[in-house]
Amino acid sequence: MKLGFSAAEEEFRAECADWLTAQMAGEFADIKGITTLTEKAERRKEWEQHLGEHGWGCIGWPKVWGGRDASLAQQVIFAEEYARAGIPGRVNHIGIELAGPTLLTLGTEEQKRRFLPDIAAGKTIFCQGFSEPNAGSDLASVRTKARLENGEWAVDGQKIWTSLAHISDWIFVVARSEEGSKGPKGLTFLMMELDQPGIDIRPIRQINGDAEFNETFFDGARCPEDSLIGAVGDGWRVAMTLLSFERGVSTLGQQMAFRNELDAIIEAAKANGTSTDPLIRQRIAKAEIGLRLMRYGALRMLSNTDHASVDGAALTYKIQWASWRRSLGELAMDVLGQAGEVTDHDGYEWPMLPNLFLYSRADTIYGGTNQIQRNLIAERGLGLPREPRGEA
Amino acid sequence: MDFVFTDEQRMIAETAQAFFTANATSERTRAAMAAEGIDHALWLAFCQELGLSGIGVPEAAGGAGLGLVELAIIAEAAGAQVAALPLLGSLALVAQAIAAGGSDEQRTAWLPALLAGETIAAHVTATDLAADGNRIFASSASVAHGSAAQLLLVSGAAGSWLVRADAPGVSVAAQTTMDQTRPYARVTITGAEGEPLADGGAGAQAATNAALIVLAAEGLGLAQAALDRTVAYSRDRVQFGRTIGSFQAYKHRLADMMVEIEQARSAVYWAACAVDEGAEDAQLAVHAAKSFAADTAFRCASDMIQLHGGIGFTWDHDAHLFFKRARALQTMMGNGDWHREQIAAMVLGETE
Ligand SMILES: Cc1cc2nc3c(=O)[nH]c(=O)nc-3n(C[C@H](O)[C@H](O)[C@H](O)COP(=O)(O)OP(=O)(O)OC[C@H]3O[C@@H](n4cnc5c(N)ncnc54)[C@H](O)[C@@H]3O)c2cc1C
Repeated sequence: MKLGFSAAEEEFRAECADWLTAQMAGEFADIKGITTLTEKAERRKEWEQHLGEHGWGCIGWPKVWGGRDASLAQQVIFAEEYARAGIPGRVNHIGIELAGPTLLTLGTEEQKRRFLPDIAAGKTIFCQGFSEPNAGSDLASVRTKARLENGEWAVDGQKIWTSLAHISDWIFVVARSEEGSKGPKGLTFLMMELDQPGIDIRPIRQINGDAEFNETFFDGARCPEDSLIGAVGDGWRVAMTLLSFERGVSTLGQQMAFRNELDAIIEAAKANGTSTDPLIRQRIAKAEIGLRLMRYGALRMLSNTDHASVDGAALTYKIQWASWRRSLGELAMDVLGQAGEVTDHDGYEWPMLPNLFLYSRADTIYGGTNQIQRNLIAERGLGLPREPRGEA
Repeated sequence: MDFVFTDEQRMIAETAQAFFTANATSERTRAAMAAEGIDHALWLAFCQELGLSGIGVPEAAGGAGLGLVELAIIAEAAGAQVAALPLLGSLALVAQAIAAGGSDEQRTAWLPALLAGETIAAHVTATDLAADGNRIFASSASVAHGSAAQLLLVSGAAGSWLVRADAPGVSVAAQTTMDQTRPYARVTITGAEGEPLADGGAGAQAATNAALIVLAAEGLGLAQAALDRTVAYSRDRVQFGRTIGSFQAYKHRLADMMVEIEQARSAVYWAACAVDEGAEDAQLAVHAAKSFAADTAFRCASDMIQLHGGIGFTWDHDAHLFFKRARALQTMMGNGDWHREQIAAMVLGETE
C-alpha cells in the first residue's frame, strides 16, 4: 500500500499542468475562474474545440476516436490539474463522460464514427434527456413516447431539468416505444438533434438566479430510425450503462476544484478575523479532513482493480462529496456573514462563495438524491431488502 | 496508484481477523473484564503463536519489520472484537518508544520480553514529572492497563523514563473504569529509580504516532463490526410483519454508518502510509485519522445500541462493550476537538 502516483505519472502531471496553465495565461485567460456552468458559453465551446485540437478533449478514449488511450491514473491527474489551473467546468461534460463512454460500450461502429471524433473535437455538445415532470428518482416511469413512422422515430412528450440543452447540439432521450408498457420495459434510448421544429427548449431559472437547466418539449420531433443505441425496447439497460459512468473519472479529480473553494473560505476567514473563532476553526478542520478523505477514497477506488468485490468507497462516494460540499457552502456563509448575503453585481448574480452556498443545494439532488444514494448503499452495499413499489 | 493492500498485507489482515474472531470471544473478554482487563492467554498466543507482535518494530531492534500500515491492520482486527489486550501500551506506546528512542542496551533489555508478551508495559503521561538524578517523581490517574504492567514508561517535560512497576516508590491503584477492557490505574511515583530513554524525543514521537494510529484503527474495526452486527440483527428481527432492516429509516441509518466507515478507512490507512513514507502532511493525517475514526466508532456504536432496541441496552449484549471502548477512544490522547484544532492551526498557516 502506497500513497501517491508513480514518477512517470508525476511527469504526466507536469505536462498537463504546463499546458493548461499556459492556455489560461494566454488565449483563454478570459474564462479563467468562472464558477457557473453557463457564463461565457460561446467562449467555452471554443475552449472545448481548443482542447480537442490539442488532443486533450477525451484523453481516456482510444486514439482512433480522438483520445490518447490515457490510463485511469492519467485521467485523474488531468482532471486534477484542469481544476487546479482554475479552468471552468467542461460545457460538454455530458458528451464526454456519459454519451461518449456509452457509445464506446454499446454503439455500432457507424455510430462511433459518426459521434466520437466530433465529441472529442468539442464540436458536438450533448445534453441528457432523462428526467420528466413525473419521472425523477423513479426514472423508469418516463412517459415521453417514441413511435416509428415512415422509417423515422417520432417523439412526443416532455423532459425537464435538462442541463445546458440551450447550448447543446444533441440530446439523448429515454422514451417509451412500446405503447402501454410500464416501468423499465418497453423503453428505447434515442439520440436526437436539438435544432429542429419539433423540439422547444425553455430555460428554468434556479435558486442562484442562473438558468443552467431547461424544460425540453417534444412535439412530433424526428430522428432517423437508426438513431437508437441498443435495440428497440432495450433502453433501460442502455440508460443504466450510461449512469454507471456517472461516478466517472472526472468526479475523482474534482477535489481539486473543491480545494479552490475551501482555500477561498480559509482566505476569507483570515481576512475578516473569523479564523479566530473556535467553532469556525473546528469546521474548517472538518472541511479539510473531509476533503482529504475524499481524495484518499478516490485513490482507493482507482487502485482497486478487483472489480469482483463491491467497492464500498465507490458506493459511498456521491453522498460523501455532495454532503461535504453542501456543508462547505454553509461554512462559507458563516465565515462571510452579512457580506455574503449581498452582491456587487447589478443582477441577481453571485460571487464564488455565495454561489457555492446556493448551488451546492443541487449537489445532493442531481445524479441520485442523497435519499436514493442511501437506498443504494443499504441495498447494494449492505444487502438489505429493497424498497417496496407502489401500484401507480 | 497502489493505495490498496499488497498480497502480504491482505494475508496479515486475514490471519489477524481469523485469530481474533476465533479467540477474542465475548466470554473470554468478559472474563478479562472482571479481572485486570487483559486476556493473558490470548496475549501470549498472539505474541508467541501468531508472531505478529513484532510488526512495526524494526528488525534491527528485534522486531518483524514492516510498518504502521501492518500495525493498523492488526489493531483494526483486534478492535473489531473489542479484544482485551495490551496492544496499545505494550506495543504501540512502549515498544515503539524503546525501538525508536532506546539505547542498544535498553532495546535488548526490554524488547524481546515485550514482544514475547512476557512483560506488559504501560505508558504514564505525567504533567508533574520531575527527576532528581535518577529518582523519579510523577503521577497520573489514567494509566491504561496500569495495574497489569511490569514496566512503566513515564513521559513528561523532564523526558521519558523507564521505571519498573515493582520498584520501591511506585504505587499503582486500579480504578473502576467504564471501559473494562482497558481499565485505568492511578500511578504515583515518589522517588522511584528510573532510567532515562536514550533519545526521549524520538521515542515520544514514534510512540505518539503509532498509538494514535492504533487507536484510530481500533475505532475503524469497531465501527465496521458494529455495523456488521447490526445488519445481521436487522435481517432476523421482525416487527409489523417485516424484518426491521426493510424500514427505510433504519436502512438509511445503516447507510450513513457505512459512509462514515469508508471515510474512516481512508483516514486510517492514509495516516499509516503517510507516517511510514515520511510524507510532509503525516502529522495532519494522524490528527485527521484519530479524530475521524474515533468519532465514527462512537457514532456506530451508539447507533448499534439504538438499532437493537431494548436488548442493546442490556449488560449481556455486547453492544455496550463497543460503546464504552468507542467513548474511551474518543477521549484518549486528545479528543476530536483538540486534534481538529491542531489541523485548523496548520491549514490557517499558524504553524511554521
Ligand atoms: C442542477 C440540476 C441539474 C440536473 N440536470 C439534469 C439533466 O441534465 N438531465 C436530466 O435528465 N436530469 C437532470 N436533473 C434532474 C435530477 O436527476 C432529478 O432532479 C433527480 O433525479 C430527482 O428527481 P426529482 O427532481 O423528480 O425529485 P423526486 O424524485 O420527486 O424526489 C423528491 C424528494 O423525494 C425523495 N425521494 C424520492 N424517491 C424516494 C425513495 N425511494 N426513498 C426516499 N426518498 C425518495 C427525494 O430524495 C427527494 O428528496 C438535474 C437536477 C438538478 C437539480
